[in-house]
Amino acid sequence: MNVRGRAFVFGDKVDTDVLAPGLYMRGPIEVLASHCLEAIDPEFAREVRPGDVIIAGDSFGIGSSREQAVQALSTLGVGALLAKSFARIFYRNALNLGMPALVCPQLQAGRGDDIEVRPADGIVINHTLGREFVCQKIPEELLDIVAVGGLMPWLERKLARERAT
Amino acid sequence: MASTLAEKIIAHACQREQVRSGEIVTASIDLLMMHDSGGPRRVASRLEKLGAKVWDPTRVVLVSDHFVPAVDVESAEILALTRRWALASGVRHYDAVGICHVVLQEHGHVRPGMFCVGGDSHSPSGGAFGAFMMGVGSTDITAALVTGEIWLRVPDTVRVNWSGALGAGVSAKDIMLFLCATLGMGNENQAVEFDGQAVRRMSMSERMTLCNMSAELGAVTGVVSADETALHALELAGRPFAGDVARWQSDPDAACLAEHHFDANTLEPQIAAPHSPANSLPASTYGRVKIDQAYIGACTGAKLSDLHMAAEVLKGRKVARGTRLLIAPASTQMTAQAATDGTLQILTEAGAILLPTGCGACAGMGAGIVAAGEVCLATTARNFKGRMGSSESRVYLGSPYSVAAGAVKGEICDPRELLQEAV
Repeated sequence: MNVRGRAFVFGDKVDTDVLAPGLYMRGPIEVLASHCLEAIDPEFAREVRPGDVIIAGDSFGIGSSREQAVQALSTLGVGALLAKSFARIFYRNALNLGMPALVCPQLQAGRGDDIEVRPADGIVINHTLGREFVCQKIPEELLDIVAVGGLMPWLERKLARERAT
Repeated sequence: MASTLAEKIIAHACQREQVRSGEIVTASIDLLMMHDSGGPRRVASRLEKLGAKVWDPTRVVLVSDHFVPAVDVESAEILALTRRWALASGVRHYDAVGICHVVLQEHGHVRPGMFCVGGDSHSPSGGAFGAFMMGVGSTDITAALVTGEIWLRVPDTVRVNWSGALGAGVSAKDIMLFLCATLGMGNENQAVEFDGQAVRRMSMSERMTLCNMSAELGAVTGVVSADETALHALELAGRPFAGDVARWQSDPDAACLAEHHFDANTLEPQIAAPHSPANSLPASTYGRVKIDQAYIGACTGAKLSDLHMAAEVLKGRKVARGTRLLIAPASTQMTAQAATDGTLQILTEAGAILLPTGCGACAGMGAGIVAAGEVCLATTARNFKGRMGSSESRVYLGSPYSVAAGAVKGEICDPRELLQEAV
């Protein structure tokens, strides 16, 4: 579940309309993903590589319930999301889709910094700065969901258990 | 021990005596709503893969509203898939008759004390009926369809009390824009409980606007405890409530995170500047902002009462040259009512273009999206960058009074200027 990549840093209240623009919502996810965040960072979708990490301010993912906002990021290979706070529905969607999302108010990082994320321990290391930051842990009750890769795999296992008994 | 309304409903849905704010619980769902965008197109294949069926089709309502009417083949395919799934699964499907949050209320689906989830962020609208209704994404909806349950963190309750009465030309929308600016948009894990004389005086439609835009506060939901007005609306919907309304009230001494008091008498019409509902200021403080498009639409701003507000301003007036006014009523039933009571005549004589019922341009999916460099003044709930079309467009938000007045003047103005003038 650990992730290591470069930091892409954003401000407060990055909303679902810039993450998953409505204009591309009816088409394939790859097309939508290529427009992810372009309204505030036209280079992002081209530059981001698998394992890279998003670092943001408060209420990341505010707005719509569309989980394509998370899916666009995972399609581009984003490995983890670190923010001062997350919008409620977006946070659920991230964990449900197996995307580690950690609340990390103290975190310091600049664009391109080398970041390691250990979701289960609630630890983020900025290797560029040589500093370790402690995040709020994902609640025990929900860590199960993230550990198996999201709510669908979690549900599959639950149903299999129920069918077995 | 005393409990807030949200806590009472959640405790009941968990078969518990009481729940505490902050704890994570699993609740049984009384009603699940989803629409064409987040519904079957995203859940059908997952259900198939799981080999699972809907736990109780009588508790599920599906509404096609986002891609209605289809503007391209992709949209048409999504709508066709939605219809096929509805038939096969046996859930109630409202196909192109209005926006989900409005359709639910028109048919009396949301009722006091219910624990409801909706696959749309504006699902808190249902809170106007004294229910707990929260928005979630499609994966949560899929799991809920299978299990009939969902996890949630019990929210803190924040009380927002509006005393007095709203003045002429001021509406629930102005209250919410003001609150977005005052309380901010980061009120996660909170249930906003609206009360006070001004709220009790409101129609259900206006209360729905309050609860709807709790989403913009970042809250889990908004709620107004049920009273005679709510019961009357359920009667009109043909599904009177026979339960115990007294059971679904907040205890006055229940602990809450904060309690805010505002005076409705002094509230001015508010306008939110791009690109956030929290950028709200009194309409009177805006200089000359020219409007290319005025848009009256969405669950937040095109219900019958919203159309009435617009008509009050537009009666005997014309849309300004160089400005276009688009109106997309929130449901076919409301369109019919507006046709019968003369509202549509006033709107169309003023020069408004009538658009189909549906979510339309609000989410950048339907007719009425805007070009780079254009300015739109809209009754919708959100004005995030690029939401209504080009990321280089600028969207302002206001009440139906303010948007209608803006259409007449061709620029942002305080609608009370027009309401006070003789035509």
